[in-house]
Amino acid sequence: MSIFRKLLATAAIAAVMFAGPANAESTKIALVVKSLGNGFFDAANKGAQEAAKELGDVEVIYTGPTAATAEGQIEIVNSLIAQNVNAIAISANDPDALVPVLKKAMDRGITVISWDSGVAPEGRQMHLNPSDTDLIGETIIKLAADYLPEGGDVAILSASSTATNQNAWIEAAKKVLPEKFPKINLVATVYGDDDSVKSTNEAKGLIASHPDLKAIIAPTTVGVVAAAQVVTDQNLIGKVNVTGLALPSEFKQFIDNGASQAVALWNPIDLGYSAVYLAHGIATGKAKAEPGARLSIGKVGEVTLDDTNSAAMAPPFQFDKSNIEEFSKIY
Amino acid sequence: MSAIETSAAPRRIPDRLDTPLKGAVLSWEALLIAVAVAIFVINSLASPYFLNAWSLSDLTFNFTEKGLIALAMALLIISGEIDLSVAAIIALASTMMGMALQAGADTPMLVAIGIGTGLLCGAFNGLLVTGLGLPSIVVTIGTMSLFRGVAFIILGDQAFKGYPASFAFFGQGYVWWVVSFELTLFLAAALVYWFVLHRTSFGRRVFAIGNNPVAAQFSGVREARVKFILFCLTGLMAGVASVLITSRLGSTRPSIAQGYELEVITMVVLGGVSILGGAGSIVGVVLAALIMGMVTFGFGLLNVPGIVMSIFIGLLLILVIALPIIWRRLFGRRPA
Repeated sequence: MSIFRKLLATAAIAAVMFAGPANAESTKIALVVKSLGNGFFDAANKGAQEAAKELGDVEVIYTGPTAATAEGQIEIVNSLIAQNVNAIAISANDPDALVPVLKKAMDRGITVISWDSGVAPEGRQMHLNPSDTDLIGETIIKLAADYLPEGGDVAILSASSTATNQNAWIEAAKKVLPEKFPKINLVATVYGDDDSVKSTNEAKGLIASHPDLKAIIAPTTVGVVAAAQVVTDQNLIGKVNVTGLALPSEFKQFIDNGASQAVALWNPIDLGYSAVYLAHGIATGKAKAEPGARLSIGKVGEVTLDDTNSAAMAPPFQFDKSNIEEFSKIY
Repeated sequence: MSAIETSAAPRRIPDRLDTPLKGAVLSWEALLIAVAVAIFVINSLASPYFLNAWSLSDLTFNFTEKGLIALAMALLIISGEIDLSVAAIIALASTMMGMALQAGADTPMLVAIGIGTGLLCGAFNGLLVTGLGLPSIVVTIGTMSLFRGVAFIILGDQAFKGYPASFAFFGQGYVWWVVSFELTLFLAAALVYWFVLHRTSFGRRVFAIGNNPVAAQFSGVREARVKFILFCLTGLMAGVASVLITSRLGSTRPSIAQGYELEVITMVVLGGVSILGGAGSIVGVVLAALIMGMVTFGFGLLNVPGIVMSIFIGLLLILVIALPIIWRRLFGRRPA
């Protein structure tokens, strides 16, 4: 009798133990990055944790291989499948090699999205780009225009003349100029080939041949630093404003000394936040990934999926005196 | 298998001339089995997801491709040579398969080209080492850059994809329930290599060369020929691994299988093969492959960062190499 009672008690305890975690089951979302030990991705994880806190009942697993290889990520995805995670949000090292294993994950009922660096459409339910061509094109002009209420001459210092990304952004920028920024006059586009010395020479050339130049826009992290250095060296701070796409850690000194009012780049914190927000929405059935769908990304806003289920998060994030200190420590 | 070896002991030639303990190889395998069981138990206790047929099946993918190369690499290292170019051979063989695919090759043709490229690369290594008498470590560091370099020149930042559905079977297919094709092939190959190394005169010659090449030559062993065959076999296995991994990834990029050579060599050394040549067993290599697979997968289940995993594998390696030496020092037996 007593043995029976003991057994019963044990069974009851066991039942409670098994039922316990089941009741409090949280949504497990894996944030898989290209490699660990990268400031950009650590910042994305910070955003992911913010999203988890805001959504409640979400556990974020931040993981990635030591070296940025597709094989390493595949081993990680396999172990995530075994752990029955609810969703995988991945920044992929290879758009194709991860497709078979991510398909397997989807077959076993796991929500798969890619962010930052995408996976081919058959290997994920949706992809989140940090930004897109039109948004970047508009932002780089806006960065200059915001500090030129009277309008004036601006010039672009790009990477190489064959750089696909930069050329597309410059095209987009030229497109928005006449209607949105009529007072801004784009006088020249020069190419520094993402080489510090050539970029410096090109920047000097721009200043010499356009005496009324009010701003240099460099949509490349190399060019923007070179231009800001030239403006600093030639004592043109306050006369020529340098702006464009820059890494906060590299560019902080030029915001501090006034050579630049503001620059922009993708915000990894918002990116991690949005990836987790979207993965959670799709995994819990609150959102559906289909072309044309409008999905909420919480405090960051909203995205619209295109024909390939890709979406752009937001215009590049602006860094100025108010926040460069904080972000320069991140990336 | 060890039991069979012991029963044949009366006419057995010792693999390790400085063996202080009777049957050191046997106890080595016993140690590896103990480590494997311990890791299995720890994994089962640490993660509720480990003891699951599909998890265990997924686990095998962490070591089968590298394990296949490790089998041939074990023979090569026993003979006193090494091949550092195996990962690069995978990349080149995969690139060749991709090019054949563009040209309209079907699945059997792709497999033949993958394995054939591996074999040719191995023969190239073998020719340079045995023909010109160059040290294999230098030759294969060179061909490592050469083979992968060719793959990079052909592909650049592009990828070959669109392999036929029937090709996917090799890296993603299952023979029966959770038993994958990769695992079946690995076990079958292990049997073949075990037989060749431990049960044929060719295997004895490999040990003889590794232990004392001069004595082996005086005994009529054609050292260069045996070594050339071993390089060809290693290339061949890298070609086989290339077919599997290309099929598993469903695409080819020149950076494929980056860093695999060191993991393969780790498996071989962990498996008890002497890095100086002359000693080792296939059973040990198979156990080492299993251990590495379980460690990486188990840590993956616990979401342990990869760098901790590398540290653990490194410590394990030093430990298993140091253990017999410490043992010998402690019990102070004179070398035979």
